[in-house]
Amino acid sequence: MTIAKGDAQAPPASEPKTRRSHVPNEGSANAAAIEAARKGMLHEARELHRTRIGADVLCEALLRQGVDVFFSYPGGVILPLYDVLGDYPELRHVLVRHEQGGAHAADGYARVTGRVGVCMGTSGPGATNLVTGIGTALLDSVPMVAITGNVPSALIGKDAFQEIDINGITLPMTKHNYLVRDADELPRVIAEAFHIARSGRPGPVHIDITKDALQQETRAEHPSEADIVAGLPGFRPNTEPHGRQLKLATQELANARRPMILAGHGVLHAGAWDELRAFAEQTSIPVAWTLLGIGAIPEDHPLAYGYMGMHGWKHVNRAIQSADLLFAIGMRFDDRVTGNVRTYAPYARIVHVDIDPAEIGKNVAVEVPIVADAKRVLEALIRMVPATGLEERREYLDQLAEWRRESEGSSWHGSGAWRDGLLSADYVVSRIGELTDHAASYIADVGQNQMWLARYAGFREPNSHVSSGGLGTMGFSVPAAMGAALGRPDREAWAITGDGGFQMTFQELMTLVQDRIPVKIALFDNKKLGMIRQWQEIIYAGNYHSAHLLGPDYLKLAEAFGIPATKASTPNEVDDAIRFAQGVDGPALVWFEIAEEQNVFPMMPAGKGLSDLIEKWGGADE
Amino acid sequence: MTTDPNSNGKVPADAAASQVAPPPRALPGSGDTQRHVLVALVLDKPGVLNRVSSLMRARNFNIDSLAVSRTDQPDVSRMTITLHGDGVAVEQAAKQLYRLIDVLKVQDVTSEPTIQHELALIKIRATDSTRDQILKVVELSKGRVVDLSPEAIVVEVTGSEGEVDTFLALVRTYGIKELVRTGAVVMSRGSASIEEALKR
Repeated sequence: MTIAKGDAQAPPASEPKTRRSHVPNEGSANAAAIEAARKGMLHEARELHRTRIGADVLCEALLRQGVDVFFSYPGGVILPLYDVLGDYPELRHVLVRHEQGGAHAADGYARVTGRVGVCMGTSGPGATNLVTGIGTALLDSVPMVAITGNVPSALIGKDAFQEIDINGITLPMTKHNYLVRDADELPRVIAEAFHIARSGRPGPVHIDITKDALQQETRAEHPSEADIVAGLPGFRPNTEPHGRQLKLATQELANARRPMILAGHGVLHAGAWDELRAFAEQTSIPVAWTLLGIGAIPEDHPLAYGYMGMHGWKHVNRAIQSADLLFAIGMRFDDRVTGNVRTYAPYARIVHVDIDPAEIGKNVAVEVPIVADAKRVLEALIRMVPATGLEERREYLDQLAEWRRESEGSSWHGSGAWRDGLLSADYVVSRIGELTDHAASYIADVGQNQMWLARYAGFREPNSHVSSGGLGTMGFSVPAAMGAALGRPDREAWAITGDGGFQMTFQELMTLVQDRIPVKIALFDNKKLGMIRQWQEIIYAGNYHSAHLLGPDYLKLAEAFGIPATKASTPNEVDDAIRFAQGVDGPALVWFEIAEEQNVFPMMPAGKGLSDLIEKWGGADE
Repeated sequence: MTTDPNSNGKVPADAAASQVAPPPRALPGSGDTQRHVLVALVLDKPGVLNRVSSLMRARNFNIDSLAVSRTDQPDVSRMTITLHGDGVAVEQAAKQLYRLIDVLKVQDVTSEPTIQHELALIKIRATDSTRDQILKVVELSKGRVVDLSPEAIVVEVTGSEGEVDTFLALVRTYGIKELVRTGAVVMSRGSASIEEALKR
């Protein structure tokens, strides 16, 4: 017998409630549990003695997609979901403190796992709070499904309580979005959303579901993957490279004397790190990487040349400016990478591999475009390209090595000993890298801390670096680290954040405590908005308006949240502080009081070219 | 445009092979602009027009005209978009349109032989002294009078944008009280069919 929602009649006493309350501290469900859940997820199999409603369909669909955790915050119109969540204990729900934190957590989860991250919120403010996180995922091509409740369909357009046209808001900042008013549509829409989010160039998909659709009784069945593909005639990402284009690429590679591989996020999305490495080794071509391409090749690999762009290594930018061939794969020639396009890589012909045809020729004109999956392209080229030994490129590689020695040996390169024995941020970052064996997940915030992390941590593993590259979302680090910690519980998760970004979203510290998520927070406190201060010093003639930032006593703050914390203010306290955090079973915070006026060098001022790097400023010995 | 080898800082000294400074890289989309016509077949779903127009706005493409209608396939709509830009920019617009899940096919028909027509309704000020002249112009221009009243004539004109422009220039002296144009709709000449190419 079934009991309809809202039925005044109470369930018979002979049928006790089978619902289990959700236990938050049990960690991410493992693959076996998910598989078991898949088999037993149907309403009947669960022996739920009540009507199957839209909210059940949503839970079933999430389980079918292999979702084991999602980040959400309840509210009026999404309560029908919370009313059934207890029946799906395999779905771990993390109660965030702000929906933006939930979106970033889903993002961090997706980036370290390569799977689709899921976040939810209610209508109105819950939905708009997700927007920054959705935009962050869009600019960095992160697979995400964001779900919001909306007011009952009869109230749509009536300016109902907590109603906002969230569909209109997310339309230009998602890969696709949906408004669902009928529970029967939910299985198809959710399956489509996951398919779109993870296929081709990944990205966020938003589903808005009216309250009545969540409550509506339904017998709708879940579609097969084949049905989903057939139902999306306008979405056929091309993954296989064109033979003729591959051939052209091999000719370019054969003719090049000073080639450079530029690896981007697409290499990681495609899971093509092994192929990239094999291709580089086979052709003896050095690899440079974008901010989001960090980890595409281990930094200790002999052909790993370095991080490019605005705050990239001088030797890398120098090599790009003198290269005769750029083999760009899974990157999009962002302005932080090229600087002034007119003067970018003036001697280079360009082979550009990207799965999104719209990226080809968008920012720079290229000689050989290849629209395909990075892994497929590299596999094909490895078969087609003859081996070139290191010896054959000896002169070129020797020159690159010399530039590198020069660049890394420069006085502005972080040496660990900064002015007057103050704590140098790059030293702290390099110690975190060392003491975690370069095997943790490292989640950057935005600004100087982000650049220090990218330059000095020494990344060895793919998907170990998480950074808001495209949107540059301050406040990203701590919430994204929640997702990264849950997605890869086998790794330590280190949130690298400045005092500015930390103060934007540190409400999630309580989520870390309540859900026992073991994020280690490295707080770089220079009592400044560091990157703002740096720009003001160099570009705005030292007019430091609003660069000075007051902060709380972070030890007391952590204590108030119940998070073990320590402080390091000098270089010799750094290792102990890091080890302290590593020794805590659960979240921990390390407050690094770093030098207040340290800059990130080199720096390419906006609008300038890669050859116009600023390496020091004033008389300071950076 | 500068060809000064030193315009780019320290590059030439680093560059082993080339002693001659290369010309600056071309910026995509900075070439000569011309009018382009894009035909897009899209799934007839709620919001698809919004998606297309929002994308064109966000990507900084300026639409001259946009005409939307049903096709002979029940779930497919057709959009005719005219815009100005260089070849690279318009190709970029087409590629961005393809990123929309509801867009099935986009074709730049600018260089193909096509029939391009639009329809205009013009309400022209008419008095006893001008009415005959106006009717003469309408007749000579193959326009059609669709409404006649003591102080105005409503005329329907179809043809290329240029033909409609020419007609408007002719009647403007009498006073145009109101004007509406559909924007161009376009079809390729010959037997080729963008709709048949879609059969799926």
